[in-house]
Amino acid sequence: MANEKPSSAVHNAAAVSESIRIENQNRAREKRQLFLISLTSVVICLLIWEIAVRTALINPKYLSAPSQVFQSFITKFYDPKPDGAILPVHFISSLYLALVGYFAAVIIGIPLGLVMGYSKVFYKLINPVFEIVRPIPPIAWIPLSVIWLGIGTTAKGFIIFLAAFVPCVINAYTGVHQTNPTLINVAKTCGANDWQIFTTVCIPSALPLTFTGLRVALGNSWSTLVAAELLSAKAGLGYMIQQGRSLVRPDIIIVGMLSIGITGALLSACLSRVEKKFVKGRNAR
Amino acid sequence: MSNDVKVSVRNLTKCFGDLKVLDNISFDIKKGEFICVVGPTGCGKTTFLNLLTRLIPQTSGEILIDGEPADPKKHNISFVFQEPSAFSWLTTQENIEYGLRIKKMPEEYIKQQSDKVISLLGLDRFRNAYPHEMSVSMEQRVVIGRAFAMNPDLLLMDEPYGQMDIKMRFFLEDEVIKLWKATGATVLFITHNLEEAVYLAERVLVLSAKPATIKAQVPINIERPRKVSDPAFIEVRKQITDMIKWW
Repeated sequence: MANEKPSSAVHNAAAVSESIRIENQNRAREKRQLFLISLTSVVICLLIWEIAVRTALINPKYLSAPSQVFQSFITKFYDPKPDGAILPVHFISSLYLALVGYFAAVIIGIPLGLVMGYSKVFYKLINPVFEIVRPIPPIAWIPLSVIWLGIGTTAKGFIIFLAAFVPCVINAYTGVHQTNPTLINVAKTCGANDWQIFTTVCIPSALPLTFTGLRVALGNSWSTLVAAELLSAKAGLGYMIQQGRSLVRPDIIIVGMLSIGITGALLSACLSRVEKKFVKGRNAR
Repeated sequence: MSNDVKVSVRNLTKCFGDLKVLDNISFDIKKGEFICVVGPTGCGKTTFLNLLTRLIPQTSGEILIDGEPADPKKHNISFVFQEPSAFSWLTTQENIEYGLRIKKMPEEYIKQQSDKVISLLGLDRFRNAYPHEMSVSMEQRVVIGRAFAMNPDLLLMDEPYGQMDIKMRFFLEDEVIKLWKATGATVLFITHNLEEAVYLAERVLVLSAKPATIKAQVPINIERPRKVSDPAFIEVRKQITDMIKWW
């Protein structure tokens, strides 16, 4: 009897670890299955597309087959034809432009939003102007920015800046504005001054929303790129798409579109990693 | 004024427009005393606390700590709010050290205080845990630890156990007594639970209905650890219950 107890405990521990192992296995299998389902849908779409083009159901003048797009994608890495530059050149030119506009918006917009959330006076001062500017689509600024800044990089950067600026301000503002008043009272009763309340309570509590703003802003600046590059450009993914259109090369257009999509996703993933470093506790993703 | 008076409230009155909430309240708290404030619902207990922490200005009267007008920047005043108030982005240890860092205490002292409180609360295993990884009662213990870590001149608690079940409440009440004894803090504890008041306090202030005045001050001279079934305990509780009866 005395010997039985420990042996049953050992037996139990073994059974538990065995059941955990089986559960993990099941979970991994389910994950694989879900991934396969997603993959299948992509493959089916590509197949239908390929077949539709090959059987001339869709005129190849309007849409290239996926295989053709893939081939053009590879060729564009070393062949500057037909638009005058290889893909990496377009890519770097666009990335540079988007990031300049984006970072300018972040550097000005985030602090502005944070301060607007904290100071009522500042909010009342800035908000009326901001509310009028906010609904104007960035593209509507193109004519004015051409008059002001010409058709160079500055003008294009300005358009992207405007697209990214608005979500930066709004989210930083809302984040600070929604700070739990009890937490502010905790800081006050500890004897914190305004600056300490702002930096130790309001900013950390606004961080998750601020990062949402950064994410939206990144998406906006990247998607405004094509419009900005409508202003005379010699390189850039948007420019490449435009050239594809004039030369009736749907494959080039789609290569440009896909490059924009993939880069956008990669940048967003980078931002998520930065967010993980900064946002702690309950709101961490 | 005798030397061992820590906090002195003189003729404190608060009006919100025409509504008089507190009417001419005066009392002293001795250094290291544990006082409970009870009163009917809506009598202005929370307003009273907000005045003591200087979150809102009084209409007239004064609050003195060590003979000087109370000022959170100068005095160590800690407040445990009714609702959970741990910073969600800080770990247990960082939460406990928060007030000390705001006061810009030397690093060594901060470490020493937080270690002391963490070990008193038995929170060692949760030192690096974030509030969302803990239960609500555990989070409230962190908040209470944060308040005690500041070595406060005056520690104010606004129904901190209002949301706990009865078992957790007994446990936390004993814990707060332990912390109080270990740190020698001066505590003012607001509750609507009379049993809790009699269990914890050295003296109970009974407030009247709005506009609140101090109806009575009841010293509790029952030895600790107290038992809720002790006849002396029941007697005092009954006495206080009769005072705030409005039915």
